[in-house]
Amino acid sequence: MKEKLEAIKADALAKISSAKDLDSLNDIKVAILGKKGELTAVLKSMKDVAPEERPVVGQMVNEARAAIEEKLEEEKTKITRLLRTEKMKREIIDVTLPGRKNMRGHRHPNQIALEDLERVFIGMGYEVVDGPEVEYDRYNFELLNIPENHPAKDEQDTFYITKDILLRTQTSPVQARVMEKGKLPIRMISPGRVFRADEVDATHSPSFHQLEGLVIDKGITFADLKGTLEQFAKEFFGEKTKVKFRPHHFPFTEPSAEVDITCFKCGGKGCRMCKGSGWIEILGCGMVHPNVLDMCGIDSKEYQGFAFGIGLERVTLLKYEIDDMRLLYENDVRFLNQF
Amino acid sequence: MNTPISWIKAYVPDLDVDVQEFVDKMTLSGSHVEGYEKKDKNLEKIVVGQIKSIEKHPDADKLVVCQVDVGKETLQIVTGAKNVNTGDLVPVVLDGGKVAAAHGDDTEYPNGIQIKKGKLRGVESNGMMCGIEELGSSRDFYPEAPEDGIYIFLPESGVKPGDDAVKALGLDDTVVEYEITSNRVDCFSMIGMAREVAATFQKPFYPPVVTVKANDKDVNDFIKVRVEDTDLCTRYCARVVENIKIGPSPKWMQDRLKAMGIRSINNLVDITNYIMEEYGQPMHAYDLDTIAKHEIVVKRAADGDTFTTLDGQERKMDSGVLMICDGEKEVGIAGIMGGENSMITDDVKTVLFEAACFDGTNIRLASKRIGLQTDASFKFTKGLDPNTAYEAINRACQLVEEMGCGDVVGGVVDVYPEPVGQKVLPFEPERYNALLGTDIPKEDMLKYFERLELKYNEADNTLTIPTFRQDLGCMADLAEEVARFYGYDNIPVSLPKGEATVGKKPFNQRVDDVAREICERNGFSGGMTYSFESPKVFDRLLLPEDAKEREAIVISNPLGEDFSIMRTLSLNGMLTSLATNYNRRNKTARLYELGNIYLPKALPLTELPEEKMRLTLGMYGEGDFFTMKGVVEEILDKLGILGVECEPAGDIPYLHPGRQARIQKGKLNLGLIGQIHPEVGDNYGIKAEAYVAVLNMETLTMLASFDRKYEGIAKFPASTRDLSMVMDKGLFVGQIEHVIQKNAGKILESCELFDVYEGEQVGEGKKSVAFSLIFRAKDRNLESAEVDKAVEKVLSALKEMGIELRA
Repeated sequence: MKEKLEAIKADALAKISSAKDLDSLNDIKVAILGKKGELTAVLKSMKDVAPEERPVVGQMVNEARAAIEEKLEEEKTKITRLLRTEKMKREIIDVTLPGRKNMRGHRHPNQIALEDLERVFIGMGYEVVDGPEVEYDRYNFELLNIPENHPAKDEQDTFYITKDILLRTQTSPVQARVMEKGKLPIRMISPGRVFRADEVDATHSPSFHQLEGLVIDKGITFADLKGTLEQFAKEFFGEKTKVKFRPHHFPFTEPSAEVDITCFKCGGKGCRMCKGSGWIEILGCGMVHPNVLDMCGIDSKEYQGFAFGIGLERVTLLKYEIDDMRLLYENDVRFLNQF
Repeated sequence: MNTPISWIKAYVPDLDVDVQEFVDKMTLSGSHVEGYEKKDKNLEKIVVGQIKSIEKHPDADKLVVCQVDVGKETLQIVTGAKNVNTGDLVPVVLDGGKVAAAHGDDTEYPNGIQIKKGKLRGVESNGMMCGIEELGSSRDFYPEAPEDGIYIFLPESGVKPGDDAVKALGLDDTVVEYEITSNRVDCFSMIGMAREVAATFQKPFYPPVVTVKANDKDVNDFIKVRVEDTDLCTRYCARVVENIKIGPSPKWMQDRLKAMGIRSINNLVDITNYIMEEYGQPMHAYDLDTIAKHEIVVKRAADGDTFTTLDGQERKMDSGVLMICDGEKEVGIAGIMGGENSMITDDVKTVLFEAACFDGTNIRLASKRIGLQTDASFKFTKGLDPNTAYEAINRACQLVEEMGCGDVVGGVVDVYPEPVGQKVLPFEPERYNALLGTDIPKEDMLKYFERLELKYNEADNTLTIPTFRQDLGCMADLAEEVARFYGYDNIPVSLPKGEATVGKKPFNQRVDDVAREICERNGFSGGMTYSFESPKVFDRLLLPEDAKEREAIVISNPLGEDFSIMRTLSLNGMLTSLATNYNRRNKTARLYELGNIYLPKALPLTELPEEKMRLTLGMYGEGDFFTMKGVVEEILDKLGILGVECEPAGDIPYLHPGRQARIQKGKLNLGLIGQIHPEVGDNYGIKAEAYVAVLNMETLTMLASFDRKYEGIAKFPASTRDLSMVMDKGLFVGQIEHVIQKNAGKILESCELFDVYEGEQVGEGKKSVAFSLIFRAKDRNLESAEVDKAVEKVLSALKEMGIELRA
């Protein structure tokens, strides 16, 4: 009996070792361990074994079975791995072929610049406020200290619908509307489309965008204006950006300033972009004129504030080095796809 | 505004800074320097030389060999010029020097031309004698220069060999160009700028001291002045000069005008030009003998008048134009240009000087209407100080006397019914500091004000503002003056204190952001188009005559018809952009735009129109109607807007009648979608099938919600039934879906279309449609019978519509 078991076991292990694929391995398993298998047959013949020998024989059978099963599993893993390796050899691809792309759309560069600006100011606690593009003279001019007969009101510059209704020439009327509502303090930006009667060319468009900011509270100072815009410039144009304030004049602010930043292309050394000066003019700003505060119903003796305005297209053109403003309105996908 | 530094130094003699420092500091004190031109930038080593001898060149007929005394030595110089003679004093460039331009050559030399000694046809030449063009100027400013040849100094110039020729010619100057802001009228004059310079560099300022001797006669015996329209002429000053002697003006005056680019004409004209630059006050000179009845009347023209200005042009006037008239006729357009009939000629004997203050706005509007802008009208449009007129006319007379060009008659006719007084403002140092965020001592502030000629009155702590500073009217204006001279640079940097605020975007912009994100994810790029367009757009879009969209806001002063109405629908911009791409042979284009349309409540406008935000999508090339529909569905899904359907429409004129739909949520319209009508495509030149969708963002914003609640993942198995049916081709799948949704009961989880087929197998006019229905209950395993019952109900409802399951 013992010899027989040894023989079955040796035979089985040999067969398993020489099996070439999973099917023959399975055949071997059936032939030995299956219902009609050789080892199963031995087990069936246990009844012929003397009862006192049965435990010994039984253990021998189990040992043989365990050994065969282990060998089967081992060989199966080996063959599977081999087959997989061969399969993978057939599956080699040319990884240098180009990647498959989804058709992806692109954001308009002006919109990207706007969102970048908004992000900075929202982070500084500013609320974004919308206002009408077709506007009353009162909000666009009168409340902003631009009286009747001011040259800015000329038909040369402003599109009129009626005597009192016009296409806003700046986003400042939104500020006037917010001030008039009288909820203080105010810390807002108003981005949007504005209109001026300029013929279309590489640097002009009758329709463009501005982003204006307004802060009104007790004790707001020119120093706060400087600090705010310096912080903005560093966040938007880079930590090393320097800011220069030059006196200027706007009807709705006093004192007023124009702000230059160190050229972000050459860092201030002077290049073609900054026309050799190292500085780029970027925005206008100032302390809200007391007349404007008073006209909008805010007591100028108690409250002070500052305002600033940025031309969005100017920032976009500078930032992306776009040399013709008309490209922004043509919507050629070969242009848009670059952003 | 331009100022030669030399002229500024006439009033600020102690100014001793180099050009770069001058430019930087002026900009920082508020006079923004736009640029400057060093007239002698490319002129180096140029001295006065005297020609001692001239000999023929041995080998060249056209050249001569000169011995030239340049002070320290005598140089041999070869020249081809014909106009030189022994004894002439000429500009000579020495070896290694530079000139600005080449003779007979229009090329610009940004870095000049270097001159080196060398041999000309074998004869040594150690420098070059120059013509005026080589020195970077022209005969316009040096009329004594020959048309072709070497510049020869006039005997009265008093130069001697070895002198700096550039200086002798007045070319050692720098002209600085400023951008003057509209509030600083006073800075449109040399004196005004000099005052700023003196204040900026803290140097004494010496304006001209004006004194006129005049003769014993009385101006009132020569001229009477009556101003009828005092609203347009706040002051009119007149003086008379007799025994006029026309001649050249002195060199110093010619040099200053030259530096400003003004050609010298004669002493009289030069004086009026000089005063305009020096005081910013335009003046006019009339030949008094042409003034009828020796009377001046200032009044508005009559509509339809014609008038010939001194340039010989006949011009049309209207009742808004202010005229200067004599006792019989019009003799000049006030503040713009004089008349041909009263102009000064060389035989003038007696001159009437006018210095007036005309209303700036009226001059601006009138000169625009007439189509005539002059240096004088430009100055007036700024709104001049009436008190300058008096000072200026006396200064002119002073110059007349100094230059000996006539006898000034005693007295000034001065019509000035409402004199402008000096404003008095309180001196409030604490408020200036509170506005600026500074701690500037009040003594410093008073120093700044003193330099600006603001007088401090200690008794009542006020400041008297000179009338030339019309821009100073309140505390903030004075704070700016303090800030300018303290230096914007020196103001500290801080951040607003006080109550913290929350930065945020309005909800509608969040909705816009979602729309952008989905559009871009689906290949649509952001576009931007104009808000105004041509009224022809309506025809291009096949809108019927009575379409509501044709009621558009009209711009009263558009840039042309193509930009004349405010858009009432957003498609024109999109189709124009698609056409641009199509014409440029871009195979596929997908664009979106978020922009307003403008809907008037009534025309003409009496109140602001409604501005409606539209998301417009447009595409051609890859993709079809259902690509577009998918994008719309994705946007709505992301915004949490459910139960939206495409309702077939046929009445949208610019869309393909069989491929258009309204996007509806019940009765609420969210927008439209469809293929562009081929005729519209033709109108725009898009020869491909183009698809568009327009979404009403206000409605979407109203419906949008970003609230989501977790519902749990289904635990029980689903049961799927596929239904394949044949129906009339004209029936919409959407209708079938409705019937299924309505009849399958609560256990229907989803109903998805998976096949639509038209062809021989289903017969003419029919189509086969297949749905996959998934049933599931949230709380139990579904019995087969339960599902069967639901399907049964669906089928019997379909049967009522005449739809049978496909065999």
